[in-house]
Formats: sequence, C-alpha cells, structure tokens
Amino acid sequence: MKPTSSQFKKSARVALVDPDLQRAMGFIKTGFVEKRRAAVERLPEFDALRRSARGIKEHTLQNLDFYLEAFEERVIANGGQVHWANTPQQACDIVLGICRRAGAKRVTKGKSMVGEEIAINEALEGAGFEAIETDLGEYIIQLAEEPPSHIIAPAVHKTKSQITELFHKHHARYGYTERQTEVPGLVDEARQVLRGKFLSADVGITGANFLVAETGSTVIVTNEGNGDLTNTLPPVHIVTAGIEKVVPTREDVSTLLRVLARSATGQEMSVYTTFSTGPRRQNDLDGPTEFHVVLLDNGRSQMLGNEFHAMLRCIRCGACMNHCPVYQGIGGHAYGWVYVGPMGAVLTPLMVGLDQAGDLPNACTLNGRCQEVCPMGIELPAMLRQLRRRQYQNRQTSAVSRMALAAWSFLARRPRLYRRVLGAAVASLAWLARVRGRGRFRHMLFAGGWTCARDLPAPQGASFQNQWRKRRQGNQS
Amino acid sequence: MSDAREQVLANIRGALNREGPLPDSIARSLQGRLSRPRANLKPAIGDDLTAYFIEKLESVSGKVTRVASIDEVAAVVARHLESFDLGDALVVAPDPALQGIPWSNRLRVERRAAAGGDRLSVTGAYAAVAETGSLVLLSSPESPTTLNFLPDDHLIVLHESQIVPHIEDVWVRMRRDKQAMPRTVNFITGPSKTADVEQTIQEGAHGPRRLHVILVAD
Repeated sequence: MKPTSSQFKKSARVALVDPDLQRAMGFIKTGFVEKRRAAVERLPEFDALRRSARGIKEHTLQNLDFYLEAFEERVIANGGQVHWANTPQQACDIVLGICRRAGAKRVTKGKSMVGEEIAINEALEGAGFEAIETDLGEYIIQLAEEPPSHIIAPAVHKTKSQITELFHKHHARYGYTERQTEVPGLVDEARQVLRGKFLSADVGITGANFLVAETGSTVIVTNEGNGDLTNTLPPVHIVTAGIEKVVPTREDVSTLLRVLARSATGQEMSVYTTFSTGPRRQNDLDGPTEFHVVLLDNGRSQMLGNEFHAMLRCIRCGACMNHCPVYQGIGGHAYGWVYVGPMGAVLTPLMVGLDQAGDLPNACTLNGRCQEVCPMGIELPAMLRQLRRRQYQNRQTSAVSRMALAAWSFLARRPRLYRRVLGAAVASLAWLARVRGRGRFRHMLFAGGWTCARDLPAPQGASFQNQWRKRRQGNQS
Repeated sequence: MSDAREQVLANIRGALNREGPLPDSIARSLQGRLSRPRANLKPAIGDDLTAYFIEKLESVSGKVTRVASIDEVAAVVARHLESFDLGDALVVAPDPALQGIPWSNRLRVERRAAAGGDRLSVTGAYAAVAETGSLVLLSSPESPTTLNFLPDDHLIVLHESQIVPHIEDVWVRMRRDKQAMPRTVNFITGPSKTADVEQTIQEGAHGPRRLHVILVAD
C-alpha cells in the first residue's frame, strides 16, 4: 500500500471523533491488556524466559548470514526452494513468477505482515490472479478495502454491525442474503464462503513467525486454522518472511513460543503451531508438491548493527500497540502504513523514509509502557527519540520548534540566566492571574496547542528550585 | 535472483563488520549448536503429567474422555456422533494403531485423507505436551494433515504414555526415532477459534469446531 503517514495529524484528528472506531478500540483493553497481564502472572518464569528469548534473537542476529545459509541449505535438502529478495518489488516478482509457472488462478493467503509490507495482494490482482485473505480479520478488511489497523488483529477497528453490513453486501453472490447480526452467524458464514476458496486454490501463501535453521522449517502460529488449510490444500505453498525471522533450533523456537502467545493474546499457546518442512513426502496423501520460501530484506540488513538493531528482535506480538495510549486513542489507520503503534512508529520511518513519516516518532508520550511489555525488551522509546534527533539533524522539523528548542538549550546551559528568566516569567504570570482574578489561563501565547484542550494553572508560591535551595540550607544548618 | 542473495548476504556481513563468511572455527561451533541442540529454560510443571495435560487442554475448550482400553474408543466416537447429530460417517486415519478398533457396523468408516464435506475424523497422535495441553501430529501416509483441519469434529486417540512434559521433549523423541522432519508438524491446542469480531471468542473459525481427546490408559 502507498504510505499515508504524512497525513498522520489529520487522520488522528478524524479518528479521535469517530464513534465507531472509539467503541471498537475499547475492546483492546479487555481483549488484550487484561489477558496478557493474567497470562504473565500465571507464569513465574516469564521474565527469565523473556531474557532467554532475547538472548536467542541477539545471538542469531550476530551470526545472521550463517543461520540464513544454514536454513537455505536445509530447505533445499528437503526438496524446497529458497528465493532472496532485496526489495518488495523483487519479492512480488518472485511470487508472481511461481504463480504463473504453476498455472494458478486462485491464490489463498494466510495472514502475513511481510505480505502487507510488499503489498502482495495488489501485485497478484494486478497480474490477474484472484487473491483471497483467509484469516477472518484480514478477510474483513480485504472486503472493506482497508489496510490492517493492528498487526495481529487487523480488523480490530471494525464494529460488529459494520461487519454485518460488509458481509451482507459481499456474500449475496454466494447465496447468503440474510443479515447475520451475531458473532456465531458471522463467523459461520465466512467459514462457509472461504471453505470453497480453500478447496479450489492453486497456490497458498503464508508468512512465518519463525524460520528454523536446524531443520529448514517455517513456523506459523494461528488460532483459526486458516493458515493450515492454506499451506496444506493447494499444490503450491509459498512462505514470505523477513530475514530476521530465522532462529537456530527447534529448542529456541520453543522458548520464543512461550513468550509470543502470552504477549500477544494472553494465551499460553496459540491453537495451531505448525512446522512446515519441504513439500509433501513420497506416499503422503496430502500436502503441497512445491514448497518455496521468499526471504525479504527491505532495509533490515541496514538496521543490523546501527542504533535500530534491536528492532530486528521484534516477534510481531502487538503488545506494544495494545499498551500504547496513543494507539489506544487513534487506532492503527492514522499511522498510515502496515506497521502501527510504537513498533510501527519506528519501522515506518526506517522502511518508507523519515520524510514520509515524520509525525510518527513524535506521536509518543515517552511513557515507556511499550518497552516494559515488549517480550524482546526492545528500547522503543529510545529509538523514537533517536528518530526525533535524526529529524532535527536533517532539518526536517519545523522552524518554530527548532527555534524554541534552540532558545531552550541556550537557557538551559546558563543556569543563572535560566533562573532569572524563569523567575520573571513566573512572577508576571502570577501577577497577571491576580489582576484578572482567575487562578488559571484559558489561552496562552505560543502554547495554543497545549491550552486548546486544558487550562494552564497560574504559578503559586516559590519555584521548585527556590524551595529546593531552602530545604538544603535548612538541612545543613 | 542469486544477485539478490549475494547482495543481502554482503549487506549483512557489512553491517556486522565482516568481509566474508564467519571464520571456520566459529562456523564449526555454530554447526555444533545446530547439530546438538540444547534446551533453554523450561517452566516448572507438576509431577502428574496426565492431570496437568487434561487441565491445560480443558482450559482451552478441548474435551478429554478417559477410557481403560482401546476397545472402548468405538463407543466414545459413536456417542460423540450422536450427541452432536453428525450422522453415521467417519474418516479414520490409515494408522496401524487405529486398525483394530471394533467399529459398529451401523457406522460408515473410511480410511483416507479428508475431503471438503467430512464431518468427523479420528486420528492418532505422535505425542502430547502436558505444559501446554497440546496434541502433536506428524504428517505421513498414516496421518494425513487434512484430517486435522477439514472436518467439523476431530477426535484423537492418545495413550497416556505419549504425554511428555515440555515442548522440547517432543524434539528429543523425534531426533531419536524419526530420520527426518516430516512435511508437517502440528501442535494442536484446542478447537479452532477467532476473536476477530469485537474480541469475542468464537469457536469453529476455519478448523474443527470441537476437539475431543480419547485418552487411553496404558
């Protein structure tokens, strides 16, 4: 999809007053935040597992070329093929080539964030293939022609009644003309419609939560079973994955699984964890006859070793966005690309350009909740600050904020001047408040953005620095 | 696309401050890490594996029926068919371990992979994991993967001795008695479900609506 991150402020303003969106976002707290907390509390070893998981990823990244080559060797030994792509365009071309050679018409898809990143659906449809998302959430947003608003719950912004209308509009051609207004009816109708697609698909495309160097396996973690129907029924299975997904062994995957589901949905284990290794074996009664893995770089190797290195530990659980007050307020679409919330605010500027997504690193209160809940301990707030620094250095920040920052740093480095200026400002504000007989200001020059939603209380009594000095003198005497 | 391969690998090595592949001595030690994998931290679980497994599976809406011997499996399956009004047809995995089950002659039993309209499958399992309440199924001519996903109801015959404590124990067992990874290894932990509509959990999204383990005492 074409990034619209440059429209962030406008989109966020619209999102904040969208009643359907606000209602739907309310489910994040009960659905994800509470369940994660309970799951983490039930497992005393959670923090130790988190450290272990982080160590595994770090070790792999330090030897990434070795483990990717080992993975490739095992895939080939098991009868599969590995394709490398530097750019989204290359990845799409590889997938289209495989589909053409297979004589495919219909392509089913399991949920894949790399699939979103390379916009594979648009590429497939542009080349004349029918591409069908099969994860219920992805299916809903495909019908609505929208991008995902959450990395594991792509349709979290939709209310039930919106889904009712969407299905009513699109399912009539399959003979479903009655409006389904309850969850079981909606899920069942999608199940029936998609069943026909699964059984007649020529190619199945899934993502991968992990790639296992030891065995050449790709691993997906799902709850619906759509990923498994996608990688079992069609004759061709294509896996699209970022190069950072590789881990050494099945033991290492086991450790990562223990923190993934708990952080994502608060489950101890997702319903289906599936290891796919090569095509079907001789005498097998089902399974694909071709197995392809497309490894995508798209800027990842640039991040390796620089200040955003730790972002490559990300296992796409979504905990950072679930706990982010900004994301909770505005939902995912305002971020304007496929990755949203704190991890998206770091990844989007790095993948589509800071000039395109300059507002994202600034839409953060630096409260640190994302880093606290991140199973991989990724220093997201520090990275967002680093992006702000880059913006300042690249002169991508506005003249007003540059001037304000310059004035602030001038003062902050001159403590005596600072105290004098601050003292004068405090005294005049206090005087103004007394004269006007109110304890607070409704509007403030140069701070309209701040006072448009709240009043500024008038300063009262001595400043913190004065009080501090007095207290220290008192202690010494 | 070998150009892209070389470029990606060169980018990675550049970022890691290396000109070429890892020196042999380091590569050998990493090969060792791959060929002799070691388990990381495993969470503590109680001593009673069977009880732990049942508790975990039931907590995610899996059903467990305990029977004294494999001879009782047919009756449990018949009751299941009846209570959910699933008709009289079932597909059984062509698994030698399920060969001797004395099915009632009122039932139509086929041994094959699953097709779109199948309502109920009966399979064995390779192992079960107490820690997570998961069933482990390996694809093979005796255990076609479609049986785990297409039918509305999936019944799994599991022997108590097949329950292992942790996920890692499955890998240890597989290294011992399987030459290579099968095409598919499924860890199945409850019936299919989704929470994509307003975070409401609904069972039977795309896979089986019900998962029923028939646990045979050894």
